[in-house]
Amino acid sequence: MPLKTLAKFEVPYLQILNEHGKVDGRLMPKLSDKDVLYLYETMVYGRLLDKTCLSLQREGRMYTYPSSEGQEAAQAGSAFALKPEDWMFPYFREICSHIVRGLPPEKYLLYWMGDERGQQIPENINNFMICVPVATQLPHAVGMAYALKYQKKKSAVLVYLGDGATSKGDFHEAMNLAGVWNLPVVFLCNNNQYAISTTLDKQTASKTLAQKAIAYGLSGIQVDGNDAFAVYKATLDAVNSARSGGGPTFIEAFTYRLGDHTTADDASKYRSAKEVEEWRKKDPITRLQKYLEEKKLWTQAYQKKLEEGIQKKINDIVKAAEGIEPQPVESIFNFTYSEMDWNLKEQLNSIK
Amino acid sequence: MATLTLVQAINLALRLEMKRDKKVIVLGEDVGVDGGVFRVTEGLLKLYGPERVIDTPLAETGIIGSAIGMAVGGIKPVAEAQFDGFSIPMIDQLYSHAARIRNRSRGRFTCPLVLRIPCGGGIRALEHHSESPETFFCHIPGLKVVVPSTPYDAKGLLSAAIRDSDPVIYLEPKKLYRAIKEEVPENDFTVPIGKAIVRREGTDVTLIAWGAMVQECLKAAEGAKASCEVIDLRSLKPLDIETITASVQKTGRVIVVHEAPKTCGFGAELSALIQEKSFLSLKAPVTRVTGLDIIIPLPKLEHYYFPSADKIAKAIENTINY
Ligand SMILES: Cc1ncc(C[n+]2csc(CCOP(=O)(O)OP(=O)(O)O)c2C)c(N)n1
Repeated sequence: MPLKTLAKFEVPYLQILNEHGKVDGRLMPKLSDKDVLYLYETMVYGRLLDKTCLSLQREGRMYTYPSSEGQEAAQAGSAFALKPEDWMFPYFREICSHIVRGLPPEKYLLYWMGDERGQQIPENINNFMICVPVATQLPHAVGMAYALKYQKKKSAVLVYLGDGATSKGDFHEAMNLAGVWNLPVVFLCNNNQYAISTTLDKQTASKTLAQKAIAYGLSGIQVDGNDAFAVYKATLDAVNSARSGGGPTFIEAFTYRLGDHTTADDASKYRSAKEVEEWRKKDPITRLQKYLEEKKLWTQAYQKKLEEGIQKKINDIVKAAEGIEPQPVESIFNFTYSEMDWNLKEQLNSIK
Repeated sequence: MATLTLVQAINLALRLEMKRDKKVIVLGEDVGVDGGVFRVTEGLLKLYGPERVIDTPLAETGIIGSAIGMAVGGIKPVAEAQFDGFSIPMIDQLYSHAARIRNRSRGRFTCPLVLRIPCGGGIRALEHHSESPETFFCHIPGLKVVVPSTPYDAKGLLSAAIRDSDPVIYLEPKKLYRAIKEEVPENDFTVPIGKAIVRREGTDVTLIAWGAMVQECLKAAEGAKASCEVIDLRSLKPLDIETITASVQKTGRVIVVHEAPKTCGFGAELSALIQEKSFLSLKAPVTRVTGLDIIIPLPKLEHYYFPSADKIAKAIENTINY
């Protein structure tokens, strides 16, 4: 008997806004000028706040910090597709997503300044905490999606991961669970092509990460991760589908980490300056600016005013983060359990 | 003789062991091109090539699980967990397999692998980067657990671990990586697994520690009125009970110091053993100065968590005045 083909698969790719700032009008999602300006301003804000974190770290006012530079479109574009009642599960490189979701920015700074209150998410914001052990957040998002579905809530979960995370068992188990249980969860993979020094070809023998979705029965798509419109559209379609029972989606946002992995890393040890320069030309913010300029929504005067406003805001944020009253020593005990046992009380007394 | 940091001494041991035995290979995240996030494996890729120095995908279970297969298959993997906090999923493979392959196969198979783990805190690191998981490993029959606290021992113990015929967990105190330098012979030597060392002799109190806490004990001993003996265990499993017992029977007072949380920490094991072996010599209860039974605080408040020379000094006084 000749071989039969049982199934055939395709891996779609979406780009709407190219690096020259030109859009493919047929693919363009519905976004008002105000929306586009919001996306742009958030990305500029995110980049400047990120820069501030880097200089705070250099000055010893912050600890190890992972820069988001270059990945702003993937972050802002995806978070913008969520409704407040949806949930967002970050990993650790999503400055713009946190901004879009309304996390008070001084909280973001506080976390990297080594203060637990940075992870205390305000009650009205459906964000989970930053997650450092790679890929371990993925099954949690799946469980949250199950809880939403079980409670008949019409909302979805967006969970972020990096390319490195796709190598961990947690990733495969989470994807499989999401597929089997047909859950309203969207995996947004920031494929910045590096996991610290590990390049994509050492991470996987797959041609794309998007195709990993297929094996688990999920929809998978690769988008230009430096194109805020493509990321937004793919995420919007995915969360809409998730909310209406269409199941999970895996989105690979193909992008590039322009900075070091963290402030503890020196990327020049494993990649060339030339490669980084090539990717600077594809900067997600520059191309959106070109687009806005073409639409007469951007001028140098506007940019100057925007940056001045942001800088002022950032100064206040840094002041708020650094000016916060210290936590009392009890705070390192109080949240271990709902109540302290004799042992914790004894230990607390011993160091007070 | 070269004057080396702990990092350089480990690196030298790896270079020499790989030169000495072609079966030795290194695997882990960022260990090749990058030379390791702490530069411990720097230069190995250039010397020995990508077949022996493997930049793995980000997959802790895969790293340790494949190392088990490699060890059974006749080569000698030295695997790296990038940080203490990420060694936790490896416990599944270690507990269920590495530790019991010799026993399950009645000796037909063995699993001589080494797992290197940068450990411990007090260095203002990110979440999950300041853990002291030694007890998890010590609790597993079939694993050996060693912790160097000096560059000399780091080299000698790693060579011994690599040449051992059983799985060895090799814990590297991050805080000491670049904190102390000492002369380390460049030639072949080992520090035997299972042998503690008396770092300072004394007659009133025995301080027992390993890893970064040895330095804190030495500091406390230096400033104490009482005469303190400081034992650096170096091997937690197997444990050098003779050195401990000899010291306890001399001083009659013991303080155990470790960074891990107090409850079920290795100090509890030592305390139990000491009263079993030397009950009649004790002049005061065995005291523990340890990490707290809480989640290690983020950098701003982490200093509350860790044992320090001050906390040890207080314990010395209390023990003497018991
Ligand atoms: C389980 C685990 N192993 C190792 C690390 C150390 N580490 C932190 S980030 C990172 C690389 C992550 O790469 P990727 O998932 O691609 O995300 P990116 O940092 O590139 O955004 C590694 C190895 C970790 N945090 N968690």
